[in-house]
Amino acid sequence: MGIREAKTRRRSNRAVRRPNRSPGGDVFIVIILACFGAFFAFPLVFAINHAFKPLDELFIFPPRLFVINPTMNNLQDLFILMSRSWVTFTRYVFNTVFITAAGTLGHLIIASMGAYAVSKYVFPGSKLFFNIVITTLMFTGFVTAIPNFLILARLSWIDTYLSVIIPSFAFPLGFFLMKQFIDTVPQSLVESAKIDGATEWSIYSRIVMPLVKPAWLTCMIFSVQALWNNPQQNLIYTEQLKPLPFALQQIVGSPHTPNVARMGVGAAVALVMMVVPITLFIIAQSNILHTMANSGIKE
Amino acid sequence: MSNLARYREKKRALRAHMWKEMKKHRTLYLFLLPFALVFGMFVLAPVAISIFFSFTYFNVLESPRFIGFQNYLNLFLSDDVFLIALRNTLILAVVTGPVGYICAFLFAWFINELPRYIRAFVTLVFYAPTIAGAAFMVWAIIFTGDEMGYANAILIRLGIIQEPRLWLTNPDYMMPVIIIVVLWMSLGAGFLAFIAGLSTIDESLYEAGLMDGVKNRWQELWFITLPNMQGMLMFGAVMAIMASFAVGQVTQDLAGFPSTEYAVHTIVNHLVDYGAIRFEMGYASAIATILFLTMIYTKILVGKFISRIGR
Repeated sequence: MGIREAKTRRRSNRAVRRPNRSPGGDVFIVIILACFGAFFAFPLVFAINHAFKPLDELFIFPPRLFVINPTMNNLQDLFILMSRSWVTFTRYVFNTVFITAAGTLGHLIIASMGAYAVSKYVFPGSKLFFNIVITTLMFTGFVTAIPNFLILARLSWIDTYLSVIIPSFAFPLGFFLMKQFIDTVPQSLVESAKIDGATEWSIYSRIVMPLVKPAWLTCMIFSVQALWNNPQQNLIYTEQLKPLPFALQQIVGSPHTPNVARMGVGAAVALVMMVVPITLFIIAQSNILHTMANSGIKE
Repeated sequence: MSNLARYREKKRALRAHMWKEMKKHRTLYLFLLPFALVFGMFVLAPVAISIFFSFTYFNVLESPRFIGFQNYLNLFLSDDVFLIALRNTLILAVVTGPVGYICAFLFAWFINELPRYIRAFVTLVFYAPTIAGAAFMVWAIIFTGDEMGYANAILIRLGIIQEPRLWLTNPDYMMPVIIIVVLWMSLGAGFLAFIAGLSTIDESLYEAGLMDGVKNRWQELWFITLPNMQGMLMFGAVMAIMASFAVGQVTQDLAGFPSTEYAVHTIVNHLVDYGAIRFEMGYASAIATILFLTMIYTKILVGKFISRIGR
């Protein structure tokens, strides 16, 4: 890891332009990025502006992108609506925090333990297991939704926190990134600790884990994001157990019968739904990129 | 000793060796066990169960009845909607997969050429739609079918169209609109991997390339950057395959379920239809099986292609 850091540092201190760069090319790159950047940012800018528009601007013709008289009314309405709801707002928050914290923590611990074993040792089945994990990176929730439901029903976990928490432990991307990052910890470190008589557990918990903090943080962020928008939440239908994102989306109504009277609140909900994952990403961006630098799949 | 006896002897020795290895590493199996358990239960078992049910008639109430390849025959021979869904999914995958993948790489590469201090910000702008989750519903407002919709309002004001277009209910426009939205929201984890990978390529390789007469950044890309990023490219490809074949939520939420004339009905929509609405689990499982076989096959093909880059 030391070598890698040294390399990045040298790269970042690079002040001289490489001589084979044409100014025309630079201009081209900036123009392309500006155009596409506008395309990518447009809906987000729109959503942010929409959330602060007063009622008359929400229904104005022709529609405007930018808000003229920004107001906090929509967010206030959302807050009032939530505080008057049958299940209290704090209960929804508790559900979200509990599910996310438990799911993320469990995932981190068991994925990093497994990743440590697969990364630092070769034993019968270790390669096979990792290749299977790589293949399953492609499978989305839709493909496995039906058997997943049948399994959870058989365990009678439907309509409990467990139906969301336990399956989230098995998030393959987290395991994959963790294993790739642990690969960068020098093998010699593990071996010398072993000669000093350290047990497998203390090598894992005292030597390897403190060295892979960026990977922890990355897995945490990805896991929280996955849980924030998890369709698995449909498996919880008791109102008191529902997490916040689900409750918020109920306010807006389904996409095809939009609740016109709550247009402003809906815009506020959209903003809240967006802000949480994006904020988390901003906080952890450098750590995430550090982790993703090891995400290459070797064939 | 005969050949057969020698072969058996070898096999026994191999097995004994393997057993010894397994015993030596027994603590490691304990380390792997918790993850392997949940992974097996919620990722692998569902796939196996899906394949098993795809050969049965199963409506959840009665126990499954074995019917061989009947589900598959029905899908391809008598289910017109499935064939439409298959066609739509392939169109979406062939367009959004490679285009999204190449865009993700090019954007990452361009961003890497920018000065360091604005890199983080530009990365965030491009990646935000991927993590913003349900934010794609904003497109529903932009593409509203009356003159209140932003796309319609802008195009009418510019005089490009005379009357509002039903972007999300007219089969002529639905597919392009969905393609735009999917491209917008699925740069994905591959994009991050590219950004990260580009910044870790050893600078001395570029310096050596310069000595060897690499004239411009495009040559540098082909001869130095790409060959050193094969692992990332593979990872990005896996992510792109996932994103482009599993389009379903977007079509359902934007164009409705079912969409007009099934114009953007995808395999995932078909799967949800039979699995979650009609409760024909056997049939739905056959659809799921076809979907992930297609994905695995695509991954193998793409892997072969990527291993040839820069050679």
